[in-house]
Amino acid sequence: MQSQATYNYQVVRQFAIMTVVWGIVGMLVGVIIAAQLVWPALNLSDLGEWFHFGRLRPLHTNAVIFAFGGCALFATSYFVVQRTCHTTLFAPRLAAFTFWGWQLTIVLAAITLPMGYTSGKEYAELEWPVDILITLVWVSYAIVFFGTIAKRKVSHIYVANWFFGGFILTVALLHLVNSAAVPVSVWKSYSAYAGAQDAMVQWWYGHNAVGFFLTAGFLGMMYYFVPKQAGRPVYSYRLSVVHFWALIFTYMWAGPHHLHYTALPDWTQSVGMVFSLILLAPSWGGMINGIMTLSGAWHKLRTDPILKFLIVSLSFYGMSTFEGPMMSIKTVNALSHYTDWTVGHVHSGALGWVAMISIGSIYYLLPRMYGKTEMYSVKLITTHFWVATVGIVLYIASMWIAGVMQGLMWRATNPDGTLAYSFIESVKASYPFWTIRFAGGVLFLSGMLIMFYNMVKTIAGEKAYNAPVIAPAAAHA
Amino acid sequence: MADFVSGFWNAYVIGLVALSLLFCLFILLSNNKRETGPVELHGHVWDEDLAEYNNPLPRWWLYLFWITLLFSVVYLVLYPGFGNFKGVLGWSSVDLQYKTEQALAEQKYGPIFAKYRDMDVAALAADPQARAMGKRLFVTYCSQCHGSDAGGGKGFPKLSDAAWNWGGDPETIKATITHGRMGAMIPFGATLGPDGVKDAANYVRSLSGLAHDSLRAQRGAELFQQNCAACHGADAKGTPAMGAVNLTDGDWLWGSSERVISETISKGRMNRMPGFGEFLGEDKVHLLAAYVWSLSNTPAQ
Repeated sequence: MQSQATYNYQVVRQFAIMTVVWGIVGMLVGVIIAAQLVWPALNLSDLGEWFHFGRLRPLHTNAVIFAFGGCALFATSYFVVQRTCHTTLFAPRLAAFTFWGWQLTIVLAAITLPMGYTSGKEYAELEWPVDILITLVWVSYAIVFFGTIAKRKVSHIYVANWFFGGFILTVALLHLVNSAAVPVSVWKSYSAYAGAQDAMVQWWYGHNAVGFFLTAGFLGMMYYFVPKQAGRPVYSYRLSVVHFWALIFTYMWAGPHHLHYTALPDWTQSVGMVFSLILLAPSWGGMINGIMTLSGAWHKLRTDPILKFLIVSLSFYGMSTFEGPMMSIKTVNALSHYTDWTVGHVHSGALGWVAMISIGSIYYLLPRMYGKTEMYSVKLITTHFWVATVGIVLYIASMWIAGVMQGLMWRATNPDGTLAYSFIESVKASYPFWTIRFAGGVLFLSGMLIMFYNMVKTIAGEKAYNAPVIAPAAAHA
Repeated sequence: MADFVSGFWNAYVIGLVALSLLFCLFILLSNNKRETGPVELHGHVWDEDLAEYNNPLPRWWLYLFWITLLFSVVYLVLYPGFGNFKGVLGWSSVDLQYKTEQALAEQKYGPIFAKYRDMDVAALAADPQARAMGKRLFVTYCSQCHGSDAGGGKGFPKLSDAAWNWGGDPETIKATITHGRMGAMIPFGATLGPDGVKDAANYVRSLSGLAHDSLRAQRGAELFQQNCAACHGADAKGTPAMGAVNLTDGDWLWGSSERVISETISKGRMNRMPGFGEFLGEDKVHLLAAYVWSLSNTPAQ
């Protein structure tokens, strides 16, 4: 039966465009705070406290994770769930609400964080009124997503949707539990938990934000756009089953590795460490499934820059999910904790994996929102790819060196047992690496500006297009 | 000390940890089949051309998974992790590792510091090695507030000049480091009123020859004798025994502008230096005191 209905691309289009816009904003703030570390005068203290590193840093993390990453996830999940369920979005008005509600959340974050309104919880800084708005948006998102799954025209749910679904459910749970707080005024609240328990709840949230928001969701993206762009079937259904369940079951435990050698009880630290190590294989399962999907079509990598983005993102995913379990080992953590090594690790995941897979997916998706199959300039995608890759390498390599150096300086002692270096000496020694990191950040941001130009040129003069809903293939009938 | 408020949570944690490990075991074992022959597509198609092969799990990947599971079980047997079970090694972060390392460090480094115990501060200040050790202690424990060069900051005393709030002789410096200090100036805003505060501030500025309104300073002098002299002394030279600072020496803890002095008078000040005696021990405090003393005194060679 040929259906006359069209997919709801409106909300996908909106989120896709805002992904690029917020990507530029969030990364620009990142470049600014990287510059502040090199040139402290840029904190602009004479103008007030609003532009201090401490105020802008949460703005950077929130903007890149929730504004850039969040919009990318909304755009791709709405696109993928419709197309792989062969039906239109459930509750399209609610979907529209998730777009405007999410943009409002981002704007509120951009206003309140520099003003200093914060709950003090990393990656969950927004105060309670914004938290309530997030909850409303997220519940609507779940209704739209799972409603669409419920009215699918195929019997089997495609693997990408498992990951998107797992990500949506878990983030709802994480947000509700960690953001529980007692408000004392409109812009001030206190956590519902105290002491070491508060710290544990925070990092249970914090690491699962990495595991579900920044991993499971983007694996959903990977499972659609990699086989599509490669024109190859997914490597192994069985592997996807095993690594999906192992991943979502194990990630829940990994939080305590953020609190090694603290007031957290020993048993919690041990359990956090072993489950972080167990995570290595389930994480690599996703990488293997993505990269092996390309086997038999490796030559495409030479000419197709979108595929370059996707496959390199998987390589970075594999690298950072190897690095993560290693850093969770207490002995390694004793060296790496509180240093720039952690910052480098996070960015190899955030820039290498999350941003690269999002960029690749958006390059695939965007022209299709306007009835085309290619961006305005494929050459510019290639340029973007190389500029971004060099930027990441500069960023990660400089942070590795700086981090290990800081860790070694902090633990070095004189023959009399006193510390060999004062803290400020390690700061001074870090300057060259912070400068290189700044350069890497500038490159990555430049890549996003190239993308913006390419996007504008692709859209200019084109009419928004909604593709007709495709009937399921015969195998499903 | 048990980490759980009741036996239930102990069982809960053990149960969940075991369940999670068993779950990994279960999904591995239930997907361990290795078919021979060509690998086929799984049989579903989505969105025109999305399909899946059903390749078996890569062997090397499976072994990796098994190794991490095995490591985890061994680790949880050796170290605390299963609820209240302490692990067969009996390791703990505070009671064993921290305290053992502390004791070893004390054994190794204690004598290095102890050998300076009987030298007096002036002699230590003249000994290059002792002074270097004192400096390293200072940079580690004191520089956060007083600065790497002991130059101080707003609210944090400069230690490299001759002005002392609590006294600068070796014994007093030692007492300050050992027990810490609590300096409090009570607020006078309500007593003096805004105009009175301004008058007093102008008088205080006049004491060290700073620019001031002489009419206000004149009125301020009277207010000073009534309200401030009890602590700062009739001559405003301070009372080191209670940390009341000298207001005539041109050395300022919080700043010398009329605005800052007015703020100090109207709102008061609260200053606290923590004691380091218990943490560092007598020998280190001794060396530290010698270094601090040497910053403003030239020891006789």
